[in-house]
Amino acid sequence: MSTTLDIDVLLNRGAFSLEVAFAAGPGLTALFGRSGSGKTTVIDLIAGLARPDRGRIAVTGETLLDTERGIAVPVHRRRIGVVFQQARLMPHLSVRRNLGYGRAFARGRSDGIAFEGVVDLLGLGHLLERRPAGLSGGEAQRVAIGRALLSRPRLLLMDEPLAALDEGRKAEILPYIERLRDEAGLPIVYVSHAVSEVARLARTVVVLEAGRVAAVGAADTVLRQADLLATQEAEAGAILDMIVEETDSETGLTRLSGRVGRLWVPRLLRSIGTAVRIRVPARDVLLATQAPVGLSARNILEGHVVSIHAFGEAAAMVQIDCHGVLLAARLTRASVRDLALAPGRAVYAVVKSIAFDPQGVGTAGPAPVEI
Amino acid sequence: MIALTPDEWTAIGLSLRVAAVATLASLIPGLFVAMLLARGRFHGRALLDGLVHLPLILPPVVTGYLLLLSFGRRGTFGAALAEVGIVFSFRWTGAALACAIMGFPLMVRAMRLSIEAVDRRLEQAAATLGARPSAVFLTVTLPLAMPGILAGAVLAFAKAMGEFGATITFVSNIPGETQTLPSAIYSLTQVPGGEAGALRLTLISVALSMTALLVSELLARRLARRLGTG
Repeated sequence: MSTTLDIDVLLNRGAFSLEVAFAAGPGLTALFGRSGSGKTTVIDLIAGLARPDRGRIAVTGETLLDTERGIAVPVHRRRIGVVFQQARLMPHLSVRRNLGYGRAFARGRSDGIAFEGVVDLLGLGHLLERRPAGLSGGEAQRVAIGRALLSRPRLLLMDEPLAALDEGRKAEILPYIERLRDEAGLPIVYVSHAVSEVARLARTVVVLEAGRVAAVGAADTVLRQADLLATQEAEAGAILDMIVEETDSETGLTRLSGRVGRLWVPRLLRSIGTAVRIRVPARDVLLATQAPVGLSARNILEGHVVSIHAFGEAAAMVQIDCHGVLLAARLTRASVRDLALAPGRAVYAVVKSIAFDPQGVGTAGPAPVEI
Repeated sequence: MIALTPDEWTAIGLSLRVAAVATLASLIPGLFVAMLLARGRFHGRALLDGLVHLPLILPPVVTGYLLLLSFGRRGTFGAALAEVGIVFSFRWTGAALACAIMGFPLMVRAMRLSIEAVDRRLEQAAATLGARPSAVFLTVTLPLAMPGILAGAVLAFAKAMGEFGATITFVSNIPGETQTLPSAIYSLTQVPGGEAGALRLTLISVALSMTALLVSELLARRLARRLGTG
C-alpha cells in the first residue's frame, strides 16, 4: 500500500494537547472520534489552516510541513481540497462560478476531472445558475464537494460533511461520496463521529481520543474492537460478518448465519453462501435473563455478559459475548439493576434491527432495518 | 428663488468637485488603513486607530491650522511639495485635502466594520481552493465588504460637502478657488441682504445631502441582493 498521507505532529493550545502520528494509503481513511478528540484540528493542520508546534506532514511524497527543516507550504499551494462541515460557498457567486472558483487557480494542471464530469457525478446540472442562498443544505454540500474536486486536489479532506444535515439529506449525499471514493480515485480523509458513516465508507480507520491516536487499521478490524464500542456509546454497535444461508420464499425472509448464531433479515437478493457484513446498533439490542416467549422479534441470540459501562445520565453499555463474538446493548442503569446483570451472567440478546449491506466488506447499510 | 447667481453656481460646482476628489483620493488609503485595523496584528495599532479618529474629535479649526502648519507654503511638507509644483495652500486642492482628512475617520470606520463582518471561514475556503492572499482579498473580502465600502465613501462625500472649519482655516474663503458651499453660505450671512442667497444655498445643500444618502441606500440594497444576503 503506497502512502498518500504521512503525518506526525505535536500541538499544545492551553489545556488541549494533540500528538498524532499515522499514515494513510489510497481510498477513504476515516478520522473517527468523539467531539473534542482533535479530528478537526488534524484536518486544519493537513490543510495548512493551523500550524503545529512541531512535526512533519507529507502528502503523496511531497513534504508540506517540516518544522525542523523550516518547511511550511502555504495553504493555497498545498493542493488539498477541503469540504467543511458547513458548505462555505461564496454567497456572491452563482453555483457555476463557485464550482469554477478553484478551477481558475488550478489552471495549467491538466490532470483531474472535467467540469461536466463533476456536474454529472454530483447531480448539479439543474443548480448551476442558482445562488448559494437558494440551495438546500444537501445541495450546498454537493456544490462544496464539486468545488473542491475541481480545484484538482491531490487529497480531499472532508470534515464531517454530513453533520449539519438531517437524515434525509445524509442519505442523499452518501452515495455521491461513495462514487467519489470508487470512481474519482482520489484519496480522501473523512472526519466523522458517526459509526454508521465510517463503517459504510472507510477502508482505513484512525480512532482519535483526547488528541491521541487510540487505534488505527483496517475498517473491519478497528470497528470490531470491543473497547471502541465502549468509547462511542451513543453510536455503538457491533459489526458481524455473516453468510447467506437460505431465503424462505413464503415469509420473504433471508436467514444469515455466522459465529454469533442465526439471524433473519428481510429478503436479500443474494445467492446462498455470499458473505455479508451487518451492523447491529447497541440501541436496538434488548436483553433478557430467560429465554423470551411471546415476543414479536425473531432474532434472539444466546450469550453471556462480558462487561458493563455506565455512561450519560442513566444509561449503561452492556457487552455480551455470543459464541466468541461481541455484541453491545444499550440499556438503562435501572434495567441493569432490575435484571441483576453482572459479568458472566447468561443472557438472551434480542436484536430489533440490523443494518446490512449486500456489498459486504468496507461498507455497511444505509439505515437499520427493523426485523 | 431657484435662480442662482453665477457665484452661487460656482460654489456648488466647486463643492461637488472638492468632495468628489476628496472621496476618490481617500478610497485606496482608506481601504488600506481599514484592512490594517481590521486584520493587522502589529504594535502601534491603537496609535494608528487614534490618529485616524483624531479629526473626528479635534476642533475643525485645529485640524485646519495643523494642515496650514504642515502643508502651507512654508509648512513642513508644503515647502518640499511646492518645489515639485504641488501647492495646497489657498487652492481648491487644499480644500480637497482638508475635506479628505475630515472625512477619513468616517470612511475608515464604515469600511473596517464591513471587513470585520466578512466570514473569515470563506477566506479560508478560498485559500484551500488555491487562491493566494491577494486573490482572496480581491475575490472574497472586497466584494463581500462592498456595501460597507460604499457606505464609507458616501459618508466621506457627505462630510466633504459640509466641511467648513478646517477648510476655511487652511485655504480661506476665496470665491472661485476655495469658496465651497458652506463657506459661501457663511459669507452670505455676513453681508446685509444676503439672507435670500444663504437660504437658496441651504436648500441646495439639504437636497444634495439627501440625494447622496438615498443613492447610497439604493446601491446598498442592490448590492445586498447581489450578495445573496438581502
